[in-house]
Amino acid sequence: MTTPPILLSVRGLQCHFPLKSDLFGRSPGVVRAVDGLDFALFAGETLGIVGESGCGKSTTSRLIMALQKPTAGEVIFEGQAVGSDQAAGGLPLKAYFRQVQMVFQDSSASLNPRLTIAESIAFAPKVHGLSHRDATAAAHDMLDAVGLDPARFAQRYPHELSGGQRQRVNIARALALRPRLVILDEPVSALDKSVEAQVLNLLADLKQRFGLTYLFISHDLNVVQHVSDRVLVMYLGQIAELGPVDAIFDAPAHPYTRALLASRPTLIPGQRRAEAPLAGDPPNPINPPSGCRFRTRCAHAEPPCADTRPPRAAIGPGHDAACLMHLPRSGHSAAQARAA
Amino acid sequence: MSLVEVRDLTITFVTRDRTVHAVGGVDFDLAAGEVLCILGESGSGKSVTLRALMALNPPRTTRVTGAIKVGGHDITAASPSQLEDIRGGVVSMIFQEPMTALDPVFTIGRQIEETITRHEGVSRATARARALDLLELVQIPSARRRLDAYPHELSGGLRQRAMIAIALSCRPKLLLADEPTTALDATVQIQVLLLLRRLQQELGMGVIFVTHDLGVAGEIADRVAVMYAGRFVEQGPVAELMTQPLHPYAQGLLGATVHAGQRGVRLTTIPGSPPALDTPPTGCAFAPRCAIALPACSLSVPALRHAGARAASCFRATL
Repeated sequence: MTTPPILLSVRGLQCHFPLKSDLFGRSPGVVRAVDGLDFALFAGETLGIVGESGCGKSTTSRLIMALQKPTAGEVIFEGQAVGSDQAAGGLPLKAYFRQVQMVFQDSSASLNPRLTIAESIAFAPKVHGLSHRDATAAAHDMLDAVGLDPARFAQRYPHELSGGQRQRVNIARALALRPRLVILDEPVSALDKSVEAQVLNLLADLKQRFGLTYLFISHDLNVVQHVSDRVLVMYLGQIAELGPVDAIFDAPAHPYTRALLASRPTLIPGQRRAEAPLAGDPPNPINPPSGCRFRTRCAHAEPPCADTRPPRAAIGPGHDAACLMHLPRSGHSAAQARAA
Repeated sequence: MSLVEVRDLTITFVTRDRTVHAVGGVDFDLAAGEVLCILGESGSGKSVTLRALMALNPPRTTRVTGAIKVGGHDITAASPSQLEDIRGGVVSMIFQEPMTALDPVFTIGRQIEETITRHEGVSRATARARALDLLELVQIPSARRRLDAYPHELSGGLRQRAMIAIALSCRPKLLLADEPTTALDATVQIQVLLLLRRLQQELGMGVIFVTHDLGVAGEIADRVAVMYAGRFVEQGPVAELMTQPLHPYAQGLLGATVHAGQRGVRLTTIPGSPPALDTPPTGCAFAPRCAIALPACSLSVPALRHAGARAASCFRATL
């Protein structure tokens, strides 16, 4: 099997937010929102990112979209560093934005209330040089592609639409430049279940029709399992586990992934859980625990976990987990038992 | 006698610009110690129904007809001072967003003490001891220290536990819960659900739990009522409703929910969207979206038909 080409990769991506300094100019610390991410996105795949609030998944999406400047590290699109000098082999932002677009969770906050639907969708193509007439025609085509009749919807304003219809408009706007990568940041989280299913089906259709690659961020594990080819699990700004969707859901290796999966409520009362898999809330990313960040909530934590940040250890093909239990000679008793 | 008796409840919101028929004829009972989940999408009237049980809807604009009895008290006829005794003492409520439900300028301990002294007239020292017991009951670690914490000093999960502690402070017979776990992370949500289930069993409370999340209902409910456009379209024991829903809307909702292990499968959807409730529906409100609707469905509202513990309001459902 040949692996598809890498469309986008991130190297050593970090984003720290300094907290507001006090009266005497002392800064109380930094929020380590994203702290060292390395991963690649293959052309044509859907990579799902899951994690709890504060784990840095939305910051990651904003870094990749170049809405946020990283503290360190870089985003590379088709071999070119995003945002750097063209002379140095970089990719200017304007050219990058033709290739990468984003859909946000809040469908009404991300649309300009004073523009009609057609104007909103045609806006970016016009910025990128299309004439008014061509851009409007393209906007009507996109509305049609997302299942909204242009004759009925093109001249409406965002407040005249339902949440599901607005999210369709956001998708149409993201696709208007015919990008190759679409970042979907919780695109269905604010929608009702029956509408969520409609939008998920639409996203699957559009992916096939336009040959898209998706980066799909969600806190809903069932949705991520439904849409993703590969899944990346984040915890406090770092990658806990990355692998093919079946491996992650059938044989999770990281204790955090296992706990996250076991926290899903069941529909069947006979399978109700007797005990919560984890105690407490995720710790604060301002002063994250030393070594492995999950160790304060982990049932398998041992002294070595406090000393070293676990590197990502290979579990299977394309599947790795940042846990000392899976790293040979890490000093964790489980790693020793595995080696013996 | 049932803990809660609701008969032909209708709730209409009347403002100068608009009239909304939010709830259009709801009947149900809740036995003592029973957990009922009201399941529905936004705008279905589930939260409005819940608030009516404590008379929390804005009095100026709300028109309520029908009968609501909670623990023998007639809520629709109660005077404001009677309501003050009923709220907290007989029935109390927890909300989705603890940060807006808690008072940011008082400590957690103070807010619990206030409720206890108001309802039971005990001394502050006694109330403080009770507050400490309550924080321990809801499993807040280092409870003694947390009594003096302000809401913003607690994490989301702990804030939600503190709100549960306030709600339980006067030992209500009925706890109303309006999506209390929706804003929480997955690993915290399951902790709070398990806590609520344990407290409900230990204290023998009746609970009415409003949610849009089928999984939450599966974890906590004894009985589920599915609400659509202001009416209960189906009710029944949780296991039967989840495995074999009778009403086409309940079937659609289950089909549209992404379950575990559905990778790449095309989801079944419900076409269209719920009706605006500016006028009360004259037929089945779901008929325009229903795949098996008959002309008769749009002419009259189907009554709730019962079969054993289950009930559905649909002309086509076989009971």
